[in-house]
Amino acid sequence: MPHIVTSNCNQCRYTECVSVCPVECFHIDDEMTYIDPDLCIDCGGCIPVCPVNAIFDTVNMPAELEPWILVNREKSSVLPVISAAMNPLPGADDKKKSLNL
Amino acid sequence: MTTAADGEFDGFRIAIVGAGPSGFYAAESLLRAEVSIAVDLYEKLPVPFGLVRYGVAPDHPKLKSVTAVFDRICQMDGFRFVGNVQIGTDVSTSELQEYYHAVIYAYGAGKGRQLKIEGESLPGCYTAHEFVAWYNAHPDYRDLPVDLSHESATIIGQGNVALDVARILAKSPEELLSSDIAEHALQILKGSRIRTIRVIGRRGPAQVQFVSKELREFGSLDNCKPYVDSADLTFGQACELELADPCRSDTVQCIELLRKFSTNNASQQTDGRKCLFEFNWIPVVVAGDSRARSIKLQRTQLSGSAFSQVAGLCDQTREVDCGLVVSSVGYEVQALNPLQLDESGSRLSNENGRLVSDGKILDAQYATGWLKRGPQGTIGTNRADSVATVSALLSDLPSNPPQKAPIDNLFKQLSARNIRPVSLLQWQKINSFEMLNGAKSGKPRIKLTKVEDMLAIAHG
Repeated sequence: MPHIVTSNCNQCRYTECVSVCPVECFHIDDEMTYIDPDLCIDCGGCIPVCPVNAIFDTVNMPAELEPWILVNREKSSVLPVISAAMNPLPGADDKKKSLNL
Repeated sequence: MTTAADGEFDGFRIAIVGAGPSGFYAAESLLRAEVSIAVDLYEKLPVPFGLVRYGVAPDHPKLKSVTAVFDRICQMDGFRFVGNVQIGTDVSTSELQEYYHAVIYAYGAGKGRQLKIEGESLPGCYTAHEFVAWYNAHPDYRDLPVDLSHESATIIGQGNVALDVARILAKSPEELLSSDIAEHALQILKGSRIRTIRVIGRRGPAQVQFVSKELREFGSLDNCKPYVDSADLTFGQACELELADPCRSDTVQCIELLRKFSTNNASQQTDGRKCLFEFNWIPVVVAGDSRARSIKLQRTQLSGSAFSQVAGLCDQTREVDCGLVVSSVGYEVQALNPLQLDESGSRLSNENGRLVSDGKILDAQYATGWLKRGPQGTIGTNRADSVATVSALLSDLPSNPPQKAPIDNLFKQLSARNIRPVSLLQWQKINSFEMLNGAKSGKPRIKLTKVEDMLAIAHG
C-alpha cells in the first residue's frame, strides 16, 4: 500500500523525504509535500527520515488521518514534482517543538 | 539518439562502474547537469540493476518496480550501457582513465560479512548474500548446494534481509509460484522439510534492525506462524529510554507486533511451519562433518547506557540442531586494485566521494553508493548520495574537456580481447526473453541463470 504525507508536514515541509525517495514521487506546494500513490513503491525509506513523523504507510495508519489518502492523490495529480530537498519553511522548527519532537 | 559513441562528441566522458541503483542515480545526475556529458555505465554481468535484480526479495515485486526509473535513465540523451565488461579484469582502472575525464566506482558490496566462527565454511552455512543471490538466480550462485531436508533452519541477524530469508523459507510454494524466484530455488523449496525457522539476534527486541512493515508480513503467512517468548519482551531502563525516542517509533511498532506474536503458543502441535524470533544469543560454532548439522549459541546480556548498550557474553550456551544456517549480518565491500579501503575497512577511502590513496585525493576518481558510505541504506538512500558525489565531480571538472584517447579505440581493444559488450538494446532482448517466458507461467519473468545463455540471447 502506498505511503502518504499527513498534517505534521504542514508548515514544516522539511523535505528530508525527497532526498531518499528512489522514484521521485513527491509533489510540493507552499505548505507541504504529497506522495503520488501510483508511483510510490512502498520502499518505506521516507518514514524514518521525517523529523515530524508525518508519513504513514496506508496499511498501518491512524484512522483519523485517513482523509489524507485522497488529499495525497488529488494534490499530487496537479502539483509539480520536487526532485531535491529544500530548506524547510520558516516555522518548521517551532512546529516541530510544538509536536514535542 | 545519443551522440556518446561518436568520435564527434566533444564534451566530457564519464565512466561509471556498476549498474546498480547508485550507478544509475549518478548517471541521471550527470546527464541532468548543464554541462555536455556522455556517460558509459559499465556492468560486469550482461544484465543491469545490481541488488534490485539480485537482492530484493522475489515476493516484493513493488520494490523491484524501481527499475522503471532506471529504464527511463537508460533513455536519457548521452547514456550508454556497457554490459558484460568487468573493470579490473577486461579493462584496467588505469585504462579507464586514458579514455574518460572521470570515473565513478559504484560496484557496491559483493560479499556477505563473515561471522568469524568455526564451521562457517561448511556446506549448509551461507551468508545471506549468497543465499539471496541463489534464490534470485544470480549466475555465480546458481550451484550453491542448498539442502532443505533438515527440519530446522537458523538465521543469524535481525535486519530486513534476515526477514527476507526467513520469509522465503517460511512461504509455501503456492505463495511463491507467481514470483520471479529462480526455478532451481522453487524446486528445492517445494521439497523443503523445514518445520522450524529461528531468527536469532545478539541483542534484544528494542534493538531490532528490521522495520515493522517487513515484520508485519509474518502475521499473515499461509503456512507459518510467528512466535516470540514473552519473557523477551520486558525491558530495562536503557531500552525504555531508547524506545521513548521519536527516532525509534518504528521499533515500538515492531515490539507491538512481537507482543502479538508472543500470544501464539509455540508448544502447540501444528501442521504448518514455525518462525521463532529469539533474542540475546550469538553464534559461536557451526558443527557438522561434511555439512552443517547444528549451531552452538552463547547467551548475551545488554549493558551500558541508552544508545550505547553493548551485548556482553554470559556463560550459558545451547546447541540447536539444524541443517541450514544463514548469516545475515551485513555486507563487505572489496577494493578493486589499486583502490584502497579506509581504516574502518567498510568503504573505499574517500572524502565526499573523491577517492583517497595514501592520504592524497586522487584526480578524477570517485565512489558512490555502498562503496562510498559503507554497505548500509536502502535503494533510495543512494539517490541523494549519488547527487552529492556528482556535485563534487562537477565542481572538479575543468571548464573545457582536455584531450582523451578516442573512445572507439577502447571498444576495439575489447574486441581484440574477445570481449563482447552487451548494449542497451541487447539487454532489452534478454529482458524480453525472460518476461515472455515468465508470462507463459504467470510470472513476471523467468530469469536466465547462466551468463552464456544471456549472451546467446543478447548477441544471437
